[in-house]
Amino acid sequence: MRGSVAIAGAGLAGCGEAPGWSETEIAASAAKNALADAGLTTRDVDGLVIASTNIFMSGLALAEHLGIHPKFTESTMVGGSSFVGHLIPAALALNAGLCDVVLVAYGSNQRTGVGRAEAGKYKAALDPQPFEQPYKPFNPPTAYALAAARHMHQYGTKREQLAEIAVAARKWAQLNPEAFAREPLTVEDVLKSRMVCDPLTVRDCCLVTDGGGAYVLVRAERAKELPKRPAYLLGVGAAHWHRQISSMPDLTVTAATESGRRAYEMAGLGAQDVDVVELYDAFTINTLLFLEDLGFCGKGEGGAFVSGGRIAPGGALPVNTNGGGLSCVHPGMYGIFLLIEAVRQLRGEAGARQVKDAQVALAHGNGGVLSSQITAILGTQDTL
Amino acid sequence: MSPPSGPEQQFLDKLAAGRFEIQRCAGCGKHVFYPRVLCPHCGAERLEWMAPSGRGTVYSTTVVRRKPADGGDYNVCLVDLAEGVRMMSRVVSVPPESVKIGMSVMARIAEGLVEFLPA
Repeated sequence: MRGSVAIAGAGLAGCGEAPGWSETEIAASAAKNALADAGLTTRDVDGLVIASTNIFMSGLALAEHLGIHPKFTESTMVGGSSFVGHLIPAALALNAGLCDVVLVAYGSNQRTGVGRAEAGKYKAALDPQPFEQPYKPFNPPTAYALAAARHMHQYGTKREQLAEIAVAARKWAQLNPEAFAREPLTVEDVLKSRMVCDPLTVRDCCLVTDGGGAYVLVRAERAKELPKRPAYLLGVGAAHWHRQISSMPDLTVTAATESGRRAYEMAGLGAQDVDVVELYDAFTINTLLFLEDLGFCGKGEGGAFVSGGRIAPGGALPVNTNGGGLSCVHPGMYGIFLLIEAVRQLRGEAGARQVKDAQVALAHGNGGVLSSQITAILGTQDTL
Repeated sequence: MSPPSGPEQQFLDKLAAGRFEIQRCAGCGKHVFYPRVLCPHCGAERLEWMAPSGRGTVYSTTVVRRKPADGGDYNVCLVDLAEGVRMMSRVVSVPPESVKIGMSVMARIAEGLVEFLPA
């Protein structure tokens, strides 16, 4: 699979607030932008991939909206990591010759449309979780707070160190004109913000925005003929060990240890080879756990690793260069935005936040409550 | 499909009758929670109900912050039972922020739920 397919186009739509736009319309708008970026149109698309928390049979809805009659449709839904995971079936379908151009898209209006609380009521009625719900976890924050508390207990990680992650994300967002939250933020601001679930304050939690994203995946030979520099898929791996937080074996170790290993093995690379890192930061603890589990530092060392601005602009390791889910955009499921930022960095299109000479990008998706972990490694032509 | 209901409903029925029971696999001997159709450790089908000791240790804990008008802050925690299974629950009778990781706790049934008191 290594190097056989590439992202040829990527686009955003409706990020921040998109009042009056349906989720399918936002996904379709992102698709239009991604296709234009790739120098293609809906007429070229014969493979369609989408996942949604709300849209029933979302693949049918988006195909109908765009007027596409796909030969290949895929809607694996494993939470926010889904769109990173979609690289796997999309690449398989392309390599098997089932289709030639796969469009992967996502759209959400969770900020201005049907609210999270209201949607949550419907979901609880349809999919009760009788071994957690009676205790009223305020999820997802409660689940991530339990992980953060355990990491602090086991490794002496400090709230200040988690706060550094939020501050680093904000500093990157300040370099990104498309980011939603760009006002200054200090470690003290994070610590003094409203506590949501101890030890996480509201600034340890991601944004709640609208937004959509899309990317176009084609075989490598096709990608070379298209206008933009291809971002080749070098490696990808997926793993999940639980759904509910109460079933997670060890709250300080995620299945990213396994997904990361698979992705590195396929790519023939390791953490030391990665130039730019995009991690699914629904909460500050995510970034810390994934830095450890993906081998950027040892287990338990994440707190010290992120200190002193190491992952902020100007630091040794550029992490979440668009501002992440904490400060750029987080419309319920963030996974597609990881790949879009990785593509922009590899093309050298990231403006003030561009990582110099970025050749290898790692995008790591998280779904559920530290549940689904999917790691993708993308690279430029020089890395093939 | 011989029992009249699935293991989830059996658990809830027992709880409603005042009994907190978990499963134990007759194949590998490991305890299982939440209740399953198959043993998640070895795949065996013979899961038998048993009454746990009720003793547990807090594995992790948080305080969910809520406005006083809505009932105020409350505890949500993960408890490791002596039998080796973990469950979500709450520790009551003490302020939510005084619940600590490593605390010994004892189960009770209240309002149809398994909750814990400091042991």
